[in-house]
Amino acid sequence: MINIYNSEIKFLNHYKKFYFISILLILISIFSLVNKGLNLGIDFKGGTIIEMQFEKSFSANKIRSALLNQNLGDIKVKEFGDNKTFLAILEKKSGDANFIPSIKSSLVKSLNMEINFRRVEMVGPKISKELTQSGIYAVLIALILMLFYIWLRFEWQFSLGAILALCHDVVLTLGAFSIINFEFNLSIIAAVLTIVGYSMNDTVVIYDRIRENLKKDETIEILDLINNSINETLPRTLKTSITTLLALIAIYFFGGEILKGFSFALIWGVIVGTYSSIFIASPLILIFKVKRDWNEVVDTTP
Amino acid sequence: MLHFSRLKIFSIFIVILFGLLFFLPNFFKNEISFLPNKKVVLGLDLQGGSYLLLEVDSKPLFKEKIDAKAFELKKRLRSQKINYKNFNIQNSEILFEINIEDKNKINNSLKDKKYNPKIDETSNEINYSINETLVKINFSDPYLEKIKKNAMEQSLEIIRSRIDELGTREPTIIAQGDDRILIELPGIKNPKRIKEIIGTTAKLTFKFLAKNDSNPNSYDKLNSKSGTETYNIDKQLVLSGEHLTEAQPGFDNLNNNSVVNFKLDSFGSKKFAYATKNNIGRRLAIIIDNKVVSAPVIRDAITTGNGQISGGFSVEEANNLAIVLRSGALPAPMVIIEERTVGPDLGQESIDKGVISLIIGFCLVILYIFYNYKILGIFANVSLLINLILLLGILTFIEATLTLPGIAGIILTVGMAVDANVLIYERIKEELKDETNILIAFDNGYKRVLSTLLDANITTLIAAFVLYFVGSGPIKGFAVTLAIGIITSLFTTFVLGRFFVSLYVKSKKGEIIKI
Repeated sequence: MINIYNSEIKFLNHYKKFYFISILLILISIFSLVNKGLNLGIDFKGGTIIEMQFEKSFSANKIRSALLNQNLGDIKVKEFGDNKTFLAILEKKSGDANFIPSIKSSLVKSLNMEINFRRVEMVGPKISKELTQSGIYAVLIALILMLFYIWLRFEWQFSLGAILALCHDVVLTLGAFSIINFEFNLSIIAAVLTIVGYSMNDTVVIYDRIRENLKKDETIEILDLINNSINETLPRTLKTSITTLLALIAIYFFGGEILKGFSFALIWGVIVGTYSSIFIASPLILIFKVKRDWNEVVDTTP
Repeated sequence: MLHFSRLKIFSIFIVILFGLLFFLPNFFKNEISFLPNKKVVLGLDLQGGSYLLLEVDSKPLFKEKIDAKAFELKKRLRSQKINYKNFNIQNSEILFEINIEDKNKINNSLKDKKYNPKIDETSNEINYSINETLVKINFSDPYLEKIKKNAMEQSLEIIRSRIDELGTREPTIIAQGDDRILIELPGIKNPKRIKEIIGTTAKLTFKFLAKNDSNPNSYDKLNSKSGTETYNIDKQLVLSGEHLTEAQPGFDNLNNNSVVNFKLDSFGSKKFAYATKNNIGRRLAIIIDNKVVSAPVIRDAITTGNGQISGGFSVEEANNLAIVLRSGALPAPMVIIEERTVGPDLGQESIDKGVISLIIGFCLVILYIFYNYKILGIFANVSLLINLILLLGILTFIEATLTLPGIAGIILTVGMAVDANVLIYERIKEELKDETNILIAFDNGYKRVLSTLLDANITTLIAAFVLYFVGSGPIKGFAVTLAIGIITSLFTTFVLGRFFVSLYVKSKKGEIIKI
């Protein structure tokens, strides 16, 4: 086992290989996003979802065929947690008072079973459009504000490096959702923003150390300096990631179906965020040629 | 960094006590005399209930207004002896042609304050243009805004009174933007009835059925409520619903059907008496939202101002109709554009699962920290626990709404709050490598880590703020817990944790401490 406290891993010496991997993953993500797209939930597409519970185990196919002759547009039915609970995703949306009750009564009639509608969500086309817009704005505004904050606190090289790393994380997260076809809804936007915050947090810790070391020693080779900085902060990086992952894994396995997608996004984001702080954000400082003269200019005018 | 004045120690304990005070009531069913009487507000996704977003559809209202304006205009033109032709209304614009010599006359007429009043310093009710012989008139944007605003205010009022009549527990009804109304109904499992009641415009009119020999231009074809029949209804209005003073559900004495009994005000009674007296034998249609509900034959003059609407209602339908008639008609139809309803059983399940995952996540984190830092880990864990208490205490105090994503936010905070501790302890470890004086090493550790700590947390705080302002509903709940969690965790690790550590380090009196 590697002793994380005295590690002298040459993280940067192979950074081109990692860049190759990351660029490949980004391309795959973009390819999937363009060709397959995201499995958008009703928040962004409009429609109706109904979480229904039966008294005994049942099959999604039977529910689907019972719903099919009700003229509800595109219909998806899937198991939700256990084989008594199902989620029906309907293309049709309506604010009519009888819309949901009539679905229920004809379902009860054709399946001849008691059904409990535990959750109903209906999003009209106007709202879904607005939610999409505000979701995109939220991520962009957050990125810009952070860029600005980092630029205030650090040199521009850090700011640019951090933002590129964040974009890397966001694209890979979106790509992951597209490839494994997980539903992308409003809470995933919240997850993406949290990932952005977390990954930034991680990057800042390493950058802070790089800056501190830059001030300490002006002669050391920049490549070694960054390697040292990553190594020095490695215990923290790993421990924080592990504790955050522990908390998230608890949500993933015990938090119920509704939080599954959300916690999955966060787990994936923490892993990608940790990776990107070390292998993407840090080498960028090297590439952008950060300034070496960190002596404070003393004002000597009388 | 390791020195704490008495005042500081005192303040730390005050803060914790305050958090505890607001945290504790959440665990008791009953009120405890010495504790504040507040509990954390659960979002609809946790306590069960219905969230509805309605939008006022102003288009029919605009059309109604422009029709009225056109009617008034025609009257004016006739009285001023201005000839016009090709008069029509297209896309809420009145168009007609005049003779070229009437150009000045019409210009003056449209300028007239009686027809075209000022609505603020810069704009009038209508805009018009006269191009050779073609006149175009439409409402000015500020006037349309005004119509919309009035409609919105009225709708809000009417929706409130309708929902109040249903006796719903603690509904929230607020305007959102300039044409939306948000309704939150805790505890409602099936919002069907509420949707029916707010989805009905309830525009009530009484009109006679057209005589067989009527001119086809003098009547409209309207469908019956069931949609099976069509009636020819006179355009001429007998009476409209605003003259109703009372509406109560009841039963018909003859066949025990559900009906709605109504009473008219004195003006309405007189008009009704006059109309019925002169039309005995004709059928009077009772029309609600352009659908004929019933069309009874007038047998006698109705002079009392009392009437009955029967239309094959169920008891509930009659109740609903009475409620909507009492509250008056909505100025414009309302459309439900978003609905989220969660049953109470699912809400409770979400709470249970949230709490279980919180406990499991918390235990995992605590064990991991203890394994890594031993005695210092205990300090970190105690701070973490107090962080949780403070977080929930503050959420209770500011009456923030706790949602399911909010619970996830708390768990996430537990994971991330540890980050501050890890940063500090790792830094101290490094300091201990070069520094033999334990006190100085600890002191430096705290001092040097502060800027990193702030930078790292401020960036997450930025994300939380953006989420709060751009996000909606449950997401806001997540943003609030995340933001408060960041602040409380900074306090518990950097202030409280440091206090524990300082006591420990001082008690060791310079002995070597291994982390």
